[in-house]
Amino acid sequence: MTDQAIAITVNGERRKGRTEARTTLADFLRDELALTGTHVGCEHGVCGACTVLLDGEAVRSCLVLAVQADGADITTIEGIGPEPGRLGPVQQAFMECHGLQCGFCTPGFVVSVTSFLAEQPAPTDDEIREMLSGNICRCTGYQGIVAAVHRATELIEEATA
Amino acid sequence: MKPGPFEYHAPHTVADVTALLAEHGDECKPLAGGQSLVPMLALRLTGFPHLVDLNRVDGLSGVERSNGTLVIGAITRQRVLERDPQIAEAVPLLARAAPLIGHFQIRNRGTVGGSLAHADPASELPAVALALGATFDVAGPNGTRSIAAADFFTGTWSTALEPDEIVTAVSFPVRGERTGSAIHEMARRHGDFAIAGAVANMSLDAAGRVSAAAISLFGVASTPVRATGAEAALVGAAPADINTLEIGRLALADQEPTDDIHATGPQRARIAAHVTGIVVARALEEAGR
Repeated sequence: MTDQAIAITVNGERRKGRTEARTTLADFLRDELALTGTHVGCEHGVCGACTVLLDGEAVRSCLVLAVQADGADITTIEGIGPEPGRLGPVQQAFMECHGLQCGFCTPGFVVSVTSFLAEQPAPTDDEIREMLSGNICRCTGYQGIVAAVHRATELIEEATA
Repeated sequence: MKPGPFEYHAPHTVADVTALLAEHGDECKPLAGGQSLVPMLALRLTGFPHLVDLNRVDGLSGVERSNGTLVIGAITRQRVLERDPQIAEAVPLLARAAPLIGHFQIRNRGTVGGSLAHADPASELPAVALALGATFDVAGPNGTRSIAAADFFTGTWSTALEPDEIVTAVSFPVRGERTGSAIHEMARRHGDFAIAGAVANMSLDAAGRVSAAAISLFGVASTPVRATGAEAALVGAAPADINTLEIGRLALADQEPTDDIHATGPQRARIAAHVTGIVVARALEEAGR
């Protein structure tokens, strides 16, 4: 099995690498591009920790092969904030509302919530819970996370007002 | 857990896809959205020396309405079903079924054709296709053919497709006059595979009686199944005289769902009967509006 050349845009930067066809996008981001913010939990699409934006849409990066992402535009947790060292509104809200404990699942939650709120800026509690069902957290009990999503809608509204 | 090694092919034409499938036979598998195949590869439940990626093939994506038919390209993402106003208007059942498939991150990647060709008996789209009488456009090395949904699903994860064939598009009849449809399922958590579910598509005649009834069940057998006995009992009836609980029981009369970790067979049958009553009532209500 020969390695394949891959060129993707990650967080606005053109990145190249070579990898086996069986390498998932999650492993490629972490092992080849050293972007270890994307976390790998279950590796079969259940936990959501590896969620990234692929051409603007939230996807499980463990269920996309790196070769399939060749030519795509990827946003990882490292590219969610406005600039290095500054938090985006969803990150800020998770911090304020204690939407995390150990933090392992948090990158996936932040990417999923960011994508969801871009499409649905004023969700109900039920819509938030349904949306969050694609990400698993084993620490918090989700109350803080739901509160963080509500808080994020306020922060986004303030920022755009 | 990581997939085992394989050779990756990313052709641009359907002809190249079917040629690769014909060349490599059992050692080859088409890869659509990958939301079922990639987990199975990662868990090493299955493995193929060759994968043929359909995502770069021209002409497999998109939605088109012509005459009374809505044609959906096989590689169209499931998310499109819930976003495209044309689909909600032409075949509202598809827009209602889509949010029940996995999570939005899965639907962003998962495809309509992939879900149908994967043929998981607990999944939503096969049951929708069966209830609506969808037609599958199929391409192989020797040309194209059509397969009716009623002939397509042959067993758990098994279809009438030959190993060197792929689904290229699926055609759904556009909703008719005085017709209503509904889908409902019971799952332990949102996005999980359903313990059982049901789909109904009902039409009324000018006098307000049921002129056509289609009910399909999922999660109760090795394929989605039509509840023909219950359908026959509905045709000709006035909605006010229909006992939906009785229709639900009738729908499950000739099914024997099996036990698994989530539910026993009898539990699953009771759930399916209950859910059937719900979808029949909703579809009738919409048809009468």
